[in-house]
Amino acid sequence: MNRNALLFGGVALLYVLTGFFQSWNTALAIFNMGLISAIMALGVNIQWGYAGLFNVGIMGFVALGGLATVLVSMPPVGEAWAAGGGRMLAALAVGAATVAAGILAYRRVTAGRLRVLAVIAVFGVGFVLYRALFDPARDAIEAVDAASTGYLGGMSLPILLAWPLGGLLAAGAAWLIGKTALGLRSDYLAIATLGIAEIIIAVMKNEDWMARGVKNVVGLPRPVPYEVDLQESTGFVERAAWLGLDPATASSLWVKLLYAGLFLVVLLALIWLTQMALNSPWGRMMRAIRDNEVAAEAMGKHVTRRHLQIFVIGSAICGMAGAMMTTLDGQLTPGTYQPLRFTFLVWVMVIVGGSGNNWGSVLGGFLIWWLWIQVEPIGGAIMHIVTLPLPDGSGLKEHLLDSVQHIRLLTMGVVLLLVLRFSPRGLIPER
Amino acid sequence: MDLLNALVVLLNFVIIPATAYGSQLALGALGVTLIYGILRFSNFAHGDTMAFGAMVTILFTWAFQAMGVSIQPLPTALLALPFGIAVTAGMMLLTDRWVYRFYRAQKVKPIILVMASLGVMFVLNGIVRVIIGPGEQQFNDGARFIIRARDFKEMTGLNEGLAFKTSQGITIVVTIIAVIALFWFLNRTRTGKSMRAYSDNEDLALLSGINPEKVVRVTWILAAILATTAGVLYGLDKAFKPFTYFQLLLPVFASAIVGGLGNPLGAIAGGYIIAFSEVTLTYAWKKVATYALPESLAPDGLAQLLSTDYKYAVSFTILVIVLIFKPYGLFRGKAV
Repeated sequence: MNRNALLFGGVALLYVLTGFFQSWNTALAIFNMGLISAIMALGVNIQWGYAGLFNVGIMGFVALGGLATVLVSMPPVGEAWAAGGGRMLAALAVGAATVAAGILAYRRVTAGRLRVLAVIAVFGVGFVLYRALFDPARDAIEAVDAASTGYLGGMSLPILLAWPLGGLLAAGAAWLIGKTALGLRSDYLAIATLGIAEIIIAVMKNEDWMARGVKNVVGLPRPVPYEVDLQESTGFVERAAWLGLDPATASSLWVKLLYAGLFLVVLLALIWLTQMALNSPWGRMMRAIRDNEVAAEAMGKHVTRRHLQIFVIGSAICGMAGAMMTTLDGQLTPGTYQPLRFTFLVWVMVIVGGSGNNWGSVLGGFLIWWLWIQVEPIGGAIMHIVTLPLPDGSGLKEHLLDSVQHIRLLTMGVVLLLVLRFSPRGLIPER
Repeated sequence: MDLLNALVVLLNFVIIPATAYGSQLALGALGVTLIYGILRFSNFAHGDTMAFGAMVTILFTWAFQAMGVSIQPLPTALLALPFGIAVTAGMMLLTDRWVYRFYRAQKVKPIILVMASLGVMFVLNGIVRVIIGPGEQQFNDGARFIIRARDFKEMTGLNEGLAFKTSQGITIVVTIIAVIALFWFLNRTRTGKSMRAYSDNEDLALLSGINPEKVVRVTWILAAILATTAGVLYGLDKAFKPFTYFQLLLPVFASAIVGGLGNPLGAIAGGYIIAFSEVTLTYAWKKVATYALPESLAPDGLAQLLSTDYKYAVSFTILVIVLIFKPYGLFRGKAV
C-alpha cells in the first residue's frame, strides 16, 4: 500500500511541478485529459485485466461517445427535418428491417440453395429500397444551409445526458462485434475491433447528414459556465481579485476546475463500482475464466456469454469517456481520431499501470497522458541540443527538428515493449 | 461493338486495377499467414513492416538516382528492392532477437505476442515517420504506361481506351514470380519442408531434429521479402504514405483470414477476393451498364453501390461474414 501511495504521490508531483514551472492552466488541462484517460484505461482494464479480451478498437467506441454528444445536445435543425428527416428515418427503418428479414430468412428457410437465394434476394431488394429512400433524403438534408448546418441536429437535451447515452451507443456496437468475434480464436476479436473502429470513423467522416462529417460540429453546449460570462460577473471578478488573480486567468482556471470536478465524480464512482465488481463472486468468476477457460467451462460457466458481457461493459465505459472528452473539447472533429493516439495510447496506459488492477490503470492513465504531452517539449529540447553542432539552415537539422513530433510514437512503443518484457505486471500489480 | 466497349471499360476500371491491388494484398497476406503458421500469432506490425521496407527501398532508389544508375523503362525501385529486402530482413531478425524470442522461450499465450507486435508496430511507425516523414512520396520514375488509352483507341477504333500502367504490369509479374518461388521453396527444399512440418506439428518436428530457431529465422526472412515487395509494389502503383500502410492492415488481415490463417494458398485467394469485392462494390457501373444494356434499361444515377470512402467496410463485412459462417476460412486454416 505504501508503495502505491508513493507512486500516486509521484505522479501528483509531476502535475504540481508542471503547475509551478509551466502554468497552472496547463497543469489543469493535462489533468482533465488525465481523468478522461484514466476512465478509458479503466474500461480497457475491465476487458483485458478481468477477462483477457484484446480490444484494438477503443478509438471507435470513443468516437461513438463523441457522436452521442452531438445527437443529444445540439438543437434540432427544423428545416432539415422538414426537408428529409422523415424519409431518412424511413430509410434507416428499411435498412434495419432488411437485416432483420435477412436473418429471419436464414433461420426459417431450410439449408440449401433455396436459402442462399432467399437471403441474397432479401438483401438485394432491401438495399435497393434503402438507397432509393436514403439518397434523396441525404441530399435534401445536406442541402439545407450547408455552410453552417446541413445535418439533422440533435435533441437539445442537457449535454450531461450524452455521457450515459454515449456509453449505450458504444455498448450497442460492442455487442454486435462481440457476438460475431467472441468464442473464436483470441486474435479474431483484435482484428474485428480494429476493423469496426476504422469503419465507425469512416461513417462519422462521410455521413454529413448525421453530424456534419469532417465539417465538424462546433459550439457544443457546455455543462459549465463560459469564461466570458464569468469575466463579466462582478462577483466573480471581486473574488478573483481577492485571490490576487486577473479575471481572465481566474475564469479559465475555474472552468477547468469545474470540469475536473465533474470528471472526478464519474471516475470515483467507476472505481468504486469496478472494485466492488472485481471483489464480488462475479469478479472471481471472471478471473477464473481468464486463467483457465476449460476449467471454468467444466464448472458450468458460459464462457462466451460472460466474455460478451464484459466486452460490452468495458466498451460502454470507453464510450462514456469519449462523450466526456468531446464535451470538454466543445466540438466534434471526426478527422482527429487517430488509432495511435486513442487506441494504442490507452493500451500503454493499462499495461504500464498494471493490468488487472483498477488503481493501476488509473495511475497509468495519469502518468502516460502526462508523458504523452510532455515528451514533445522535452524531446524538442534534447533534439535542439543534439543538433547544435549542425549549421543553421542545413537540411538535416531542419528534418531532425521537424521529426520531434514523431518521437512520441517511438517513445510509447519502446515504453510498451520494455514494460511488457521486464515488468509485465505493471507498476501496481494485480493482487 | 457496344459490348466490346463495355468489356474494355470493365477491364480498364475494374479487372486490371483489382488484379494489381489483389496481388499486393496477396503478398501482404502471405507474410501474415506464414508468421501465423510458424510463430502462431497475428503480427500487427506487418503493415508497418511493409512501410519500413518500402521506405528503405525508396532511400536506395534516391541514392541510385543521385548516382545516375537507372534501368529505364523500369522504375529504379526494382533495382533497389533487393537492398530494401536485405535491410528489412536484418531489422526483423533483430526484432525477433530483442522482442519475440523471449516470449517464445516462455511459451506465453499468443495474445501476449500480439501485444508485443503492437509495440513493434509503434516503434516501426515512429522510425518510418522520423526518417522519411508522414507525407506522401512518389518514387516511380519508370515509363508510366505499357498501353496508353489513346494508342489503344487508335489501334482498335473503339470509343473507350484501355490504359495499362507499368506499375500494374510489374505488380502482376513480380507477384507471379514471388508466389512460384515461395511455393517451390516450401514444397521442394529441405528448409521449406521443415517449415511446413513445424507448422503442422511442432512437437513432432522437434523430435525429428528440426532446429526451431532456424525455422523461425527463415520465416522472418521470408516475411521480410514478402512485406517489402508488397510495400514497394503498392507504393509504385499508388503512392507511399506511412498511414495508408497502417490502414492496409485491415484488408491484409481480412485476406489472410478469408483464405484461412496459416494456409498460403488461401492467402492468395483471399487477397484477390477482397480486392475484387472492394473494387466492384465501390465502382460506378453507369458506363458499363450504358454500353451493355439496351437504352431503355440504362441507369440514371452512377450505379455505385458504395462510396469509395467505405472500401475498408467491404473487407470488414467479408471478414465478418466469413467469421460467422466459416471461422476457419474458405481453405481450412489452422486452429490455435
